[in-house]
Amino acid sequence: MTAVENVRQTNEGAQEMRSRSDIGARELLREVGAVLRMSEAEAAKLGQLPVDPDEDQTMIINMGPQHPSTHGVLRLMLELQGETVLRCKPIIGYLHTGMEKTGEELTFLQGGTNVTRMDYLSPLNNELVFSMAVERLLGIENDIPDRAVWMRMLLSELNRMSSHLLFLATNGMDIGAVSMMLYGWREREEVLRFFQKVTGLRMNHNFIRPGGLAADLPAGWRDDVLTILETLPPRLAEYDILMTDQPIWRERLQGVGVITADEALALGTSGPILRSTGVAWDLRRDQPYLNYDQVEFDVIVGTYGDAFDRYAIRLNEIRESIRIVYQILDRMPLGDYRIQNKKVTPPPRARIDESMEALIHHFKIFTEGFKVPEGEVYVGIESPRGEIGCYIVSDGGPKPYRIHVRAPSFVNIQALPHMMRGGLVADAVAVISSVDPVLGEVDR
Amino acid sequence: MSDVREAPQPESLFGSPVSYSRGQKVVHPSRAEYVGVLKKLLDDGFAMCSDLTAVDYLSHPGRELPAGVVAERFEVVVNLTSIATRDRIRVRVQVPEADATIASLFELWPGTEAMEREVFDMFGVRFDGHPDLTRILMPEDWEGHPLRKDYSVGRIPVQFKGANS
Repeated sequence: MTAVENVRQTNEGAQEMRSRSDIGARELLREVGAVLRMSEAEAAKLGQLPVDPDEDQTMIINMGPQHPSTHGVLRLMLELQGETVLRCKPIIGYLHTGMEKTGEELTFLQGGTNVTRMDYLSPLNNELVFSMAVERLLGIENDIPDRAVWMRMLLSELNRMSSHLLFLATNGMDIGAVSMMLYGWREREEVLRFFQKVTGLRMNHNFIRPGGLAADLPAGWRDDVLTILETLPPRLAEYDILMTDQPIWRERLQGVGVITADEALALGTSGPILRSTGVAWDLRRDQPYLNYDQVEFDVIVGTYGDAFDRYAIRLNEIRESIRIVYQILDRMPLGDYRIQNKKVTPPPRARIDESMEALIHHFKIFTEGFKVPEGEVYVGIESPRGEIGCYIVSDGGPKPYRIHVRAPSFVNIQALPHMMRGGLVADAVAVISSVDPVLGEVDR
Repeated sequence: MSDVREAPQPESLFGSPVSYSRGQKVVHPSRAEYVGVLKKLLDDGFAMCSDLTAVDYLSHPGRELPAGVVAERFEVVVNLTSIATRDRIRVRVQVPEADATIASLFELWPGTEAMEREVFDMFGVRFDGHPDLTRILMPEDWEGHPLRKDYSVGRIPVQFKGANS
């Protein structure tokens, strides 16, 4: 088969939501029951909605892709009966730039710049999972120096805090607590300022690399971290007064966008959405990576699986992250910040002037890249949004043969139609916000 | 007393060969066994389907596979997670180019819906029984499957509805 025929061999239907008269009963049932595999009677009972409203009673509208509450370019097609959402279909791809294809053209050293731009709110977790997958392929995952491991944990936890702070900000704005947006952004900026001091950039750092990190922590880093850790708790207490304890806030979120544990598992959701249903599943605790088995922290779970639980989980995860960072500060050892393996990491700058061999290694690493043995590996870690996974196939060359990132938001978005079913349009905004999707990683 | 030892039997799970890749357990069922093996894994406690993706091995044919598994151009890769045992397992299925079709896992894990659509969109592998097999990331009138190895990464004309090219 020629390449042209391959390109022509496509056959696809429309992506958009279709009106009820256009689709069969099976598809309608799937859409209204989302993916719950339940009987028609149960589907009808859900939300006490009439099973088959006449077509002239319903209306299909677009929410997004240009809508401030869709967190980017998410487009939802909603079928409404009055104010009630009957069906919902997320349509994605507006930010698709073929990052997995791009990743096949970049060496393992350059790959970090690519993956860090997927989930742009937690770039360091993306780099971490990519680096861990490459190290596993190289067989050096147990040789990473101790300081590098603790530094990775420090950055990963601070990133979790900055990401959740942004969630609190946007969640506040979506619900109508506009002052929360300013507070959340203000606190997040404190963390980003630290990142800028350490990595040189506020976002998209490319700082965690296969073999370790790009540089050591700068002088005075400990005081900067302590300042963040001391600033945040009183501010979080303020958020409790502003939002958690406030009846209007609770009315707006409690009982909205409910999902049960079975549904969340079947849909593959992870992170705060899964934990809000009471499933205590956190990869940091359940499949420990880095040194998470040596620190103490609690896995925050909810009970009702509603938007309020997801809000409260993220708020309290910031507190847990603070607890973890205090322990990291106590345990941070001295030592090397990257593995001294000339085939993987470039030699120190000073060595290049005096050693011909160092110069050659330096040149080879930056022009050709290092070769990774043949094989395939999947590594999953806990990002602020859930399980972020990286599947890499290497054919023995300096570039990945295939790189796939399992993006938590991509999977979590599938829960939207189910959470919105039977709710109000106004609650749709709260539900999107509580899923906290990052469209950069949804579309990749 | 005989000192003739039996040859070590290759490990298998539900009748499909098992291999280990960097310490991670991988099952290699055939296309016919695919859904059956995954159903048994689901009953075995792998309640979460973390990831479903595919690889196009067009330009890397000589990969290592356990005895009895015939390498084909496409490979569908499924990563499962067990909440109960905190375990992971990977399933790799060979899908030939001539008949790039495989059964859908939608009935077992509804969460694979978007992932299978992505694989269809990017590789052109069809999933039998998928309720809504349409493009998910590319525009619906796009031609070709971008992550195939014979799909060029060079500049391509912008394809959009109604645009004059």
